[in-house]
Amino acid sequence: MKRNYLSIKTIVAIGIGAALFMILAKFASIPSPIPNTSIQTSYAFLALMAVVFGPIAGGLIGFIGHALNDAISYGSVWWSWVIVSLFVGAVIGLFAKNINIEAGGFTVKKVITFNVIQVVAQGIGWFLIAPALDILIYAEPANKVFAQGIFAGLSNIVTVGVLGTILLFAYAKTRSQSNSLHKEL
Amino acid sequence: MAVEMLSYIERNTAVHRLTGVTKLLCFILWSTAAMLTYDTRILIFLFLMSIWIFIVSKIEIKEVSFVLIFIFIFLLLNNVAIYGFSPQEGVKIYGTSHVLFEIAGRYNVTLEQIFYQFNITLKYFTVAPVALLFIVTTHPSEFAASLNKIGISYRISYAVSLALRYIPDVQRDFRNIALAQQARGLDMSNKEKLPKRVKNAASIIIPLILSSLDKIETISNAMELRGFGKNKKRTWYSSRPFQKSDYFVITCFILILVASLIITFHDGNRFYNPFQ
Amino acid sequence: MKKPVIKFSNYSFKYNSQIEPTLHNLNLTIYEGEKVLIVGPSGSGKSTIGQCLNGLVPFSYKGEVTGSLAIMGQEARDLDIFTLSKMVGTVLQDPDGQFIGLTVGEDIAFSLENDCVDQSEMVEMVDDIAKMVDMEKRLQSSVHHLSGGQKQRVSLAGVMVDQVDILLFDEPLANLDPTTGKSAIELIDQIHEQMNKTIIIIEHRLEDVLHRNVDRIIVIDEGRIIADEHPDTILAGSILEQHHIREPLYVKAAKYAGCSLTAEMRPSQLRTFALKDCQEQLIAWYENVEREGRTKSSPPVLEVEHLSFSYHGDQEIIRDLSFSIQKGEMVSIIGKNGAGKSTLSKLICGFERPQSGKIMFHGQEVTGDSIKERALRIGMVMQNPNHMISKNMIFDEVALGLTIRGVPENEIKERVEKTLKVCGLYPFRNWPISALSFGQKKRVTIASILVLEPEILILDEPTAGQDLRHYTEIMEFLVELNRQGMTILMVTHDMHIMLEYTPRAIVITDGQIIADDSAAAVLTNRELIKQANLNETSLFELAERIGIEDPKEFVERFIVFDREERGKWQ
Ligand SMILES: Nc1ncnc2c1ncn2[C@@H]1O[C@H](COP(=O)(O)OP(=O)(O)OP(=O)(O)O)[C@@H](O)[C@H]1O
Ligand SMILES: Nc1ncnc2c1ncn2[C@@H]1O[C@H](COP(=O)(O)OP(=O)(O)OP(=O)(O)O)[C@@H](O)[C@H]1O
Ligand SMILES: [Mg+2]
Ligand SMILES: [Mg+2]
Repeated sequence: MKRNYLSIKTIVAIGIGAALFMILAKFASIPSPIPNTSIQTSYAFLALMAVVFGPIAGGLIGFIGHALNDAISYGSVWWSWVIVSLFVGAVIGLFAKNINIEAGGFTVKKVITFNVIQVVAQGIGWFLIAPALDILIYAEPANKVFAQGIFAGLSNIVTVGVLGTILLFAYAKTRSQSNSLHKEL
Repeated sequence: MAVEMLSYIERNTAVHRLTGVTKLLCFILWSTAAMLTYDTRILIFLFLMSIWIFIVSKIEIKEVSFVLIFIFIFLLLNNVAIYGFSPQEGVKIYGTSHVLFEIAGRYNVTLEQIFYQFNITLKYFTVAPVALLFIVTTHPSEFAASLNKIGISYRISYAVSLALRYIPDVQRDFRNIALAQQARGLDMSNKEKLPKRVKNAASIIIPLILSSLDKIETISNAMELRGFGKNKKRTWYSSRPFQKSDYFVITCFILILVASLIITFHDGNRFYNPFQ
Repeated sequence: MKKPVIKFSNYSFKYNSQIEPTLHNLNLTIYEGEKVLIVGPSGSGKSTIGQCLNGLVPFSYKGEVTGSLAIMGQEARDLDIFTLSKMVGTVLQDPDGQFIGLTVGEDIAFSLENDCVDQSEMVEMVDDIAKMVDMEKRLQSSVHHLSGGQKQRVSLAGVMVDQVDILLFDEPLANLDPTTGKSAIELIDQIHEQMNKTIIIIEHRLEDVLHRNVDRIIVIDEGRIIADEHPDTILAGSILEQHHIREPLYVKAAKYAGCSLTAEMRPSQLRTFALKDCQEQLIAWYENVEREGRTKSSPPVLEVEHLSFSYHGDQEIIRDLSFSIQKGEMVSIIGKNGAGKSTLSKLICGFERPQSGKIMFHGQEVTGDSIKERALRIGMVMQNPNHMISKNMIFDEVALGLTIRGVPENEIKERVEKTLKVCGLYPFRNWPISALSFGQKKRVTIASILVLEPEILILDEPTAGQDLRHYTEIMEFLVELNRQGMTILMVTHDMHIMLEYTPRAIVITDGQIIADDSAAAVLTNRELIKQANLNETSLFELAERIGIEDPKEFVERFIVFDREERGKWQ
């Protein structure tokens, strides 16, 4: 039988991933020393999911998760930023094929590749796309939206860089190697 | 953990009886209209109408008040930020400058700026009630069926349905992991210092994420075993058939969108300009 | 000659992460319309066999397969999982994996939706099935608001709607109260008779499954088939005892009495069991065995006064409930599915906050204390093991509580290893939890609380999914701790464990205590049994049949004797 473009695992990953993204965005923002900002752990999780499940999952987790969180906690959706979440998830997922986290552990080389990808993806997303859409859709003042974008972008890049890398390490560790388990008496 | 989120509120009203598909389409049409226009007359009309729909739905303000507070705070900050960054935006848009009083440098208060910020706020207020209503009057089970009906593939629709289905589960896992750790002596109270709190948060978040990855495996197995994805389409247990009222409401909303677009763009400008 | 529907030939399977194969050289044929029961110790490979049948092995759980498995004449590895899912319907062991729909109705309808059944027809079918499992009033409830046993019924319903030929139930009874368990078995039997399906049941509660006819029992140990015979033959022999699987109690009693059983005596059901000369032997045995008396009294450690609680402000789940527990007691909390037992334990540990009422510890009120403060004295093992596990490796999980409390490294190691041995997990100490069977996982959570040695221990269904040997070890350890002064509260559906280990039982129905008495008194009160979905043990019936005047006394003597016998294993 033919395999569909979206495997069941990807669908479930999108569903549960979006739910978790939302919960993390809502409850697990760690207060940071910089006033008025918090560490958005949800983007570290998004990066992990994108690396493990690919671009479609990454993009849709960002999109659905972010839209749901906006809708359920603020009663309306800030589309311009939701689209950036989609972009970030999809782009990290697209290039993460090169990382291949499932096999051979999370080596230094992979750490670097991952971080280059995430910095570029988030940079484009937060510094360019978010402000552009804000101006286009909401006709907000340009300097305001660029300032916001740069601020959010920097904080997310740092979070994903630190926490995302830790998460990927933890994930790689859970993939138990073949032929390793035996009963020890 | 205070768990206040918008969720389905059971009532028997005309709004509730509309199918999820209708509500979804109307929500999209409505947001498009409100997003594209800056015409104050249309915004006021839409705003009044959304209030009316809200009243029809018999949802009480106090049931959603916690979200309204969020919205007000958000709008306040947003308005302050807009003014802080760009006090002359209104002047730039409307082309005139009626100064009320000066503050310092480029910071003065003009009628144009006030009008512009009033419009932005109004725009938000026309979308919020409808979005709120859409969330609290659409049963989540019906939502996936609706997405599928308006043409989104059932796989993606089901992913959205899973997300809604698992929000309470993930929340409960979050809680359980926190409880289980506290029950073994971890201190989660706010008495601890910041670095310790960050560490504690991590000690919940990492197991939560890893256990969710296991869960993805278990659930995709279960879905596979029960035949998900074997056909090109699927039927939905909780979808509802269209009634006359559904067609009527959708037609009305399409008319509203078309009318507001015509009125907004007939003179080639998104903004309604009372100053000329 | 009947058509074989499942045929394992020289079949072996090894999980990728393991060094040793989990299944060795299976040869097994199951014929159309048969109903077979698979039994075996925890971790012996029962669920793995199930997963080979439904295709999860090797499609989802990767590993090496050798030999052949033919399902309905087709080689399983040539089929894909959808084709298999049309032939085999599965109720999984892990309750978290079973629910997909948001509400009960949707979940039952899930596979119908995938088969594109028309909506109106679907609604009707769901209603019918829901009535069969007595869930028709809760079709709109969300799945995560159900109690453990209610969930089990929904999962039965979800598989029963499917038009498949082979039905596989992996521990369908684990969380059901005795009456519901009985009706589940009757239900399975009904499906078997009416629709001529092939049925495979994996279960530890052998006696409960034998409530209705089974064609064959297959005994598995360490991934090998030990026996594959008619139930009468298996029960007459000594296979079950050798592999530490609990025999039906009336059979055990007959064996203790020195009767020699044969298949012709039809021991698989008490109804058909021809006692013959065994009757006199049983009476003689009864008159010979002694029993110890046990009474003690000490000050109360835990008092609950007028406790009331509801989850979301709607219906009250716990209603004005009061009781007190003395130091060093061992008490069972029993009652039907959804009665509020798990909720009560969560209230005691502070996982939920009561709307009104008081909880006192050593005469001091603790209702306002944090979970952490209570946890220093009260330890709790939750019903669903997935809700407790937060580490990746077994050793780390069990050590977690000690690490948080800052116990020195070498002491941690010593205590954790000791506890792991008690729970039969020592050989696995360096494994990831994800490579464990469900019963083993449950044991990890028991170990992780036992290691903390709390003053009061609450266990929610500790023996669900455990085999005789492991639960005996755990329970004997608990008894030992109890002798040293630990107070133990145990939520259970297992009437025998209650009789055996806990002198006192609290019976809960609809959030209220309807009886608080000695375990034996509870189980001889027919009215109470009916009201709380309990079950008198088959020993009563046996005693009555052989004409013993005081059946209660017979049961108690049996329990004492049985425990001593099993004590010799260690
Ligand atoms: N996903 C897995 N990866 C590696 N090993 C596994 C996996 N699942 C099970 N095992 C191992 O296979 C053995 C048999 O497991 P299985 O789940 O079949 O046992 P079981 O007989 O069903 O036990 P229980 O009665 O406790 O459910 C166990 O020792 C377990 O460690
Ligand atoms: N988180 C929850 N939210 C809402 N209702 C719940 C929740 N958990 C349980 N309930 C409801 O509370 C009642 C009691 O549930 P509880 O889990 O305490 O039952 P129980 O006696 O442990 O049953 P079982 O023997 O089946 O495990 C049930 O009717 C259940 O539907
Ligand atoms: Mg099993
Ligand atoms: Mg329970």
